[in-house]
Amino acid sequence: MSTTTLRDWLLTDTPSSRAQAAWGRRYRLWCDFRANPLAMAGLIVTVLLIAVSLLAPWLATHDPGAQNLANRLARPSAAHWLGTDELGRDIYSRVLYGGRVTLGMVVAVVVLVAPLGLAVGCIAGYVGGVADRVLMRVTDVFLAFPRLILALAFVAAIKPGVTSAIAAIALTAWPPYARLARAETMMIRSSDYIAAVRLTGAAKARIILRHVAPMCLGSLIVRVTLDMSSIILTAASLGFLGMGAQPPSPEWGAMIATARRFILDQWWVPTIPGIAIFVASLAFNLLGDGLRDVLDPKQR
Amino acid sequence: MITVDDLRVRFGETEAVKGVSFAVPEGSSFGIVGESGSGKSTVLRALSGLNDDWTGRMTVKGQVLAPNRGKDFFRRVQMVFQDPYGSLHPRQTVDRALSEPLLVHGIGDADARIARALAEVALPPAARFRYPHQLSGGQRQRVAIARGLMAEPEVLLLDEPTSALDVSVQAEVLNLLADLQQRRGLTYVMVSHNLAVVAHLCPMIGVMQGGEMVEILSGEDLRAGRTTHPHTTELRALSTELEEA
Repeated sequence: MSTTTLRDWLLTDTPSSRAQAAWGRRYRLWCDFRANPLAMAGLIVTVLLIAVSLLAPWLATHDPGAQNLANRLARPSAAHWLGTDELGRDIYSRVLYGGRVTLGMVVAVVVLVAPLGLAVGCIAGYVGGVADRVLMRVTDVFLAFPRLILALAFVAAIKPGVTSAIAAIALTAWPPYARLARAETMMIRSSDYIAAVRLTGAAKARIILRHVAPMCLGSLIVRVTLDMSSIILTAASLGFLGMGAQPPSPEWGAMIATARRFILDQWWVPTIPGIAIFVASLAFNLLGDGLRDVLDPKQR
Repeated sequence: MITVDDLRVRFGETEAVKGVSFAVPEGSSFGIVGESGSGKSTVLRALSGLNDDWTGRMTVKGQVLAPNRGKDFFRRVQMVFQDPYGSLHPRQTVDRALSEPLLVHGIGDADARIARALAEVALPPAARFRYPHQLSGGQRQRVAIARGLMAEPEVLLLDEPTSALDVSVQAEVLNLLADLQQRRGLTYVMVSHNLAVVAHLCPMIGVMQGGEMVEILSGEDLRAGRTTHPHTTELRALSTELEEA
């Protein structure tokens, strides 16, 4: 009974407050999203991965750093569900804790990059003129470098570690968002509804913040979700090259790197973190595709 | 109330408006008609402050207008756009759209004012928290008119306010505009390609062709066919043909 009244409240044609109207809109988007099974699979796997990483201390069977050289490179067994690595550490526990490092890096990068890209793009696109030219040339400079090389150079220049890997990836990841936000803003700024806001006499900052940026947000969210897999891969690549998380910290890419010697004989040691990277990337991609169908204004 | 003197607007190489002059007394309406591309909307956009790249002299209530307008100008002059599907922010409810001018100008008592504005344009209170896509074209144009009136302007610039609506709704919106003008003593400048619409609302009408205002005549003269410029005669003949067809 209470669920049907909530549904009615959300789907009503005559909302009685702004909050109700906004929640109703969100609920309709959610209904659209729910109808796409692949996207739902992506969402469920993503939520599961994040939950499992957060709950790692309770789900892990061993200390991820505890070494047992007598039992190194063991096959999966009841004691070690996914076997042990070259120092006898439990791979299952390390993959769980590794999720914290790897997914944590992704979240940190996104939190740094998305607002920066949005701000640069919206300001360049809306203000135009000199500001546009300066901001976009700076963006071009960053875009001109291959992503991994710039990140590598940056990490190498400061000290290798998780923090510098995050900074390095963030440094190379923001330009596409700025480009995207600028393109959207250029389209929006010439629309009549922005002209109408300009005619209220509102300041530029207010127009960008309250009227332009919310319109760019949809495609930005889609792009970020689709990019998350490539951020995971860049983080893993940096780890693989020894420039990301440092041992004994269990990062998925670093785990593959240290185990690559055993790929032929003890295949499960590098394969399991590889599967984790694959599953996380795929889930983010499916989620991003589903979000695009729902949020992309051009398809609505 | 409004005078426009030798207004010129260029877009790159082409001169879209070539020295247009007209005057509108307070509480009256001035209609501008012409074909697409004759520069009629450009005149309106220059007057509203949306386009700041013009030369000439324009005054509103005796005040000479600079290319960049201050907030007080936007309290006095507002505009209603042609396409109600494009002039309302798709992610904002009617309530939000109407409260925006109040927030910008620091006008209090938003709740009562919005309710009054909806009543004034004959929208049901239930429409207040709807998104534009939940409204019909005519309702959207009413919202756009209500938004224009929120800051209590003296001048309303109307850019083909009815041409995107179907015929039955056109009449409703025109009657609403006529009502509002009487009640509030508003001054209108209305652009349209539809002679009948302009003649219905405006005692004085300017005819534009190729960026020039070729004739200014009264609505009565237009209806009676006392036109002097061949282009006006042509437009009039076309529109009466259309009506008879």
